[in-house]
Amino acid sequence: MSITGKPRVEHPGQRRNAVGLSRRAYEGGMSTLCAGCGHDSVTAAIVQACFELSLPPQSVAKLSGIGCSSKTTAYFVSGAHGFNGVHGRMPAIAAGASAANRTLKYIGVSGDGDSLSIGLGQLGHAIRRNMDMLYMLENNGVYGLTKGQFSASADIGSKSKKGERNDHPPIDPVLLALSLGATFVARSFSGDKEQLVPLIKAGLMHEGFALIDVLSPCVTFNDHEGSTKSYAYVREHQQVPIATDFVEARREITVSYAEGETVSVELHDGSRVVLRKLDRDYDPTDRALALAYVQERSARNEHVTGLIYLGEGRKDFHARHQTPDEPLNSLPFERLCPGKAALGGIIARYR
Amino acid sequence: MPELNPSPSGVNDFVIKFANVNGTGSASANSLIMKSIFRMGVPVVGKNFFPSNIQGLPTWYEIRVTGEGWIARSGRVDLMVAMNAETYARDIAEVSPGGYLLFDSSWPRPALLTRADVTVLGVPLSQLCSEHFEGARARILMKNIMYAGVLAALLGLDLEVMRGLLGESYAKKPALVEANMKAIGIGYDYAQAHVSCPLPVRVERLDRTRGHFMMDGNTAAALGCVYAGATVGAWYPITPSTSLMDAFRAFCSKLRVDPETGRHNYLVIQAEDELAAIGAVIGASWNGARAFTPTSGPGISLMNEFIGLAYYAEIPAVLFDVQRVGPSTGMPTRTQQCDLLSCAYASHGDTRHVLLFPADPEECFHMAVQAFDLAERLQTPVFVLLDLDIGMNDWMVPDLEWDDAWRPDRGKVLSADMLQKIERFHRYVDVDGDGIAWRTIPGVGEKGAYFTRGSGHNQFGAYTEDSAEYQQVMERLSRKFRTAAGLVPKPVIADAGGTRNAIVSLGSCDGAVREALSLLARTGVRLDYMRVRGFPFGDEVEAFLAAHDTIFVVEQNRDAQLRSLLTLETAVEKRKLRPILHYSGFPVSSDFIVAGVNAALARGEAA
Repeated sequence: MSITGKPRVEHPGQRRNAVGLSRRAYEGGMSTLCAGCGHDSVTAAIVQACFELSLPPQSVAKLSGIGCSSKTTAYFVSGAHGFNGVHGRMPAIAAGASAANRTLKYIGVSGDGDSLSIGLGQLGHAIRRNMDMLYMLENNGVYGLTKGQFSASADIGSKSKKGERNDHPPIDPVLLALSLGATFVARSFSGDKEQLVPLIKAGLMHEGFALIDVLSPCVTFNDHEGSTKSYAYVREHQQVPIATDFVEARREITVSYAEGETVSVELHDGSRVVLRKLDRDYDPTDRALALAYVQERSARNEHVTGLIYLGEGRKDFHARHQTPDEPLNSLPFERLCPGKAALGGIIARYR
Repeated sequence: MPELNPSPSGVNDFVIKFANVNGTGSASANSLIMKSIFRMGVPVVGKNFFPSNIQGLPTWYEIRVTGEGWIARSGRVDLMVAMNAETYARDIAEVSPGGYLLFDSSWPRPALLTRADVTVLGVPLSQLCSEHFEGARARILMKNIMYAGVLAALLGLDLEVMRGLLGESYAKKPALVEANMKAIGIGYDYAQAHVSCPLPVRVERLDRTRGHFMMDGNTAAALGCVYAGATVGAWYPITPSTSLMDAFRAFCSKLRVDPETGRHNYLVIQAEDELAAIGAVIGASWNGARAFTPTSGPGISLMNEFIGLAYYAEIPAVLFDVQRVGPSTGMPTRTQQCDLLSCAYASHGDTRHVLLFPADPEECFHMAVQAFDLAERLQTPVFVLLDLDIGMNDWMVPDLEWDDAWRPDRGKVLSADMLQKIERFHRYVDVDGDGIAWRTIPGVGEKGAYFTRGSGHNQFGAYTEDSAEYQQVMERLSRKFRTAAGLVPKPVIADAGGTRNAIVSLGSCDGAVREALSLLARTGVRLDYMRVRGFPFGDEVEAFLAAHDTIFVVEQNRDAQLRSLLTLETAVEKRKLRPILHYSGFPVSSDFIVAGVNAALARGEAA
């Protein structure tokens, strides 16, 4: 059973982006996930975001671990290199890849098993390391490939398909990222493309580690009554304190926002993230407030979504390591090897 | 002072052993003594036997003075500098008959420091320190420097050479040079006044260290990484490999910082664990950088899953395993060659890996460079197997050579231009018949894009669960491994002429084996010698094994891992291979090997 690629049919009338590509150019292989899987909607949102950002496909690198969500890197941007690594260890591969070439756009895709159980340590250290990457955590509260065990993000009281009750407290990646100093922390819902696409665009353009925890229901094992990560539950219990718009560098802001209710944050390339307050008391640039807000709603089994925190000023991975602007993998050997003449001087210190 | 016994060895041929308490500054004093002898033109072998501890536990340092230039331990102790009362009993027991023991006689001599065939020399070091120095810390530190002065008198060391070395060490603190020289002078004068100096065991100037320097293998390997053009290092600190990355960073801070911009042409990731370290190496290598990780046995255990991924997805990676005593945490500061099998077959499923076995720091440098070439040529992990003895001890090394015309072999990488000239790119097709497929580096262009995965894949890189497609890739990987056998360093063979008996060994055993061969030859026992330097084994290894009837396999582990590897991976008959195993945690000595061979001969094991 080999997986076949999707035929790429191009219609002459299709909309093209600034690099002359249609949306189809950002698609990948056929998904093998269950029909109706939330992950496929996330894939579609990534395709849309990359298309709208006019990213050259080869400027993207796709990284993932193991699990249903990790398979999806094969389903978008087929013109980009992809790496489906080992379970829970995608962040390590991302760190090395980023070290070698700082100019690519890294999209990491992981799930709640991959990131919050086996890979919790790696996720935590990726946040600390602050690599410039978008980290999509497709979160469904359940192990799909092994057929329905609770994951570490399952809420207390949540019921499995077989009717078992989860009594372990959940690990919330948003609270984790906030407490570890992440500078871009968002949560969204696979069924809310209006919210998700601008978040992905903003996350891709953010300098540093951007986490988007996407509630992405598992139609096969966790979409029933009693689950807190079903389509129905998430729709009913979404709390959106902030609406996020992404404005590319070359576009003017055409929508008018009411004074005092928006925050506009300029990203390093000149693009802007415009945050509209839906809850007057919320401030997405106040980490402590964001933590308290999410904690309070989580206690009520509500899901806070949107761009929960956006902070600037933390040096990213390469800034901290003082690497040159050009990728390390492209430095000519002559700049790396000190040569014969220097060797004599080095040895002399050991006589 | 008692009457001196006759000399056990002699001029430029003896072993001094220092028994100290760690954390008291003894390392500086011992290194000063060794360097002084080296600068007097007399070859030395230094071995540090230290505890896994920061302060307060017993530690030993052994210096073999060998005018003939042997590079291993001999197994003797001719002068014991017993500075640790806690270990007096075992220290005096270790002195070879006719040897000397120097102790601090500030207090009455303990009864246990008595042996009829050992001359015991007392110098009241603590008392002298109290008289001449202020402050508890200074008195402890100066006591060690003071015995360096005593030894200078006993052994005939050149005080000006010592002063010169101190001047280099304390270039920025000249006051310390004077304080140290004062302590040395006090010790020197006391010994001159109370002992008939120099002893029969002593140093006389030679000219046999010219063209050499003193370096440990970790530093040499790190230098090799710099010269090979490695830009990314990822590691989790672990004894005894830590100093490799320390040295890499130190070299890079001098040699890889752009003088104009101050930017760093390297990036070192201190990972959260060894799993992340090897993951980062694989990510960086996949992305076209030369990347490496230094580790030790426990780290290799943790890296197994990722190593299998790199093998199957065919990603270069360079691993330095500075082996220490296992199993489990084992004895972190003791040496062994105990990871051969765990590296050769690391990870689940059918995997086999390329191994390199440097014997000394010079080979650490060159094999580090070669490891990157092999990893990229073969698109697979390459393990450089050092051990603590090579990695952390200072060895006398011949000046390193470098050819400025050398350029790295980046292997089969399709550039953007090359991609334009081909119709389609398939990641795992064996177009050249050597088992090595062409790869592309991310960013090269849409035509070169492919999906890297550790799950079943066919030769086009697509996911598969098809038996024939899976097997096709696995068979090509076997073909690639056979190609590797022709690329790894060939064995070093010494032909004694007309014998069917031989020794096979590897790595840091080399010096002891070569000395043992020489000692055995003096008694009429002639043996050929092959030192394997790489795995998979090539034709030369097969031919050597086939040409001998009795083969002593000398290695430093309990389970004869090299012997196992030879029986698994060559056609040799198992019964021909006779293990000589040393796994105490201390480096093997020539005496041990001689004894092993002689015992086997006495049992009638060789014709």
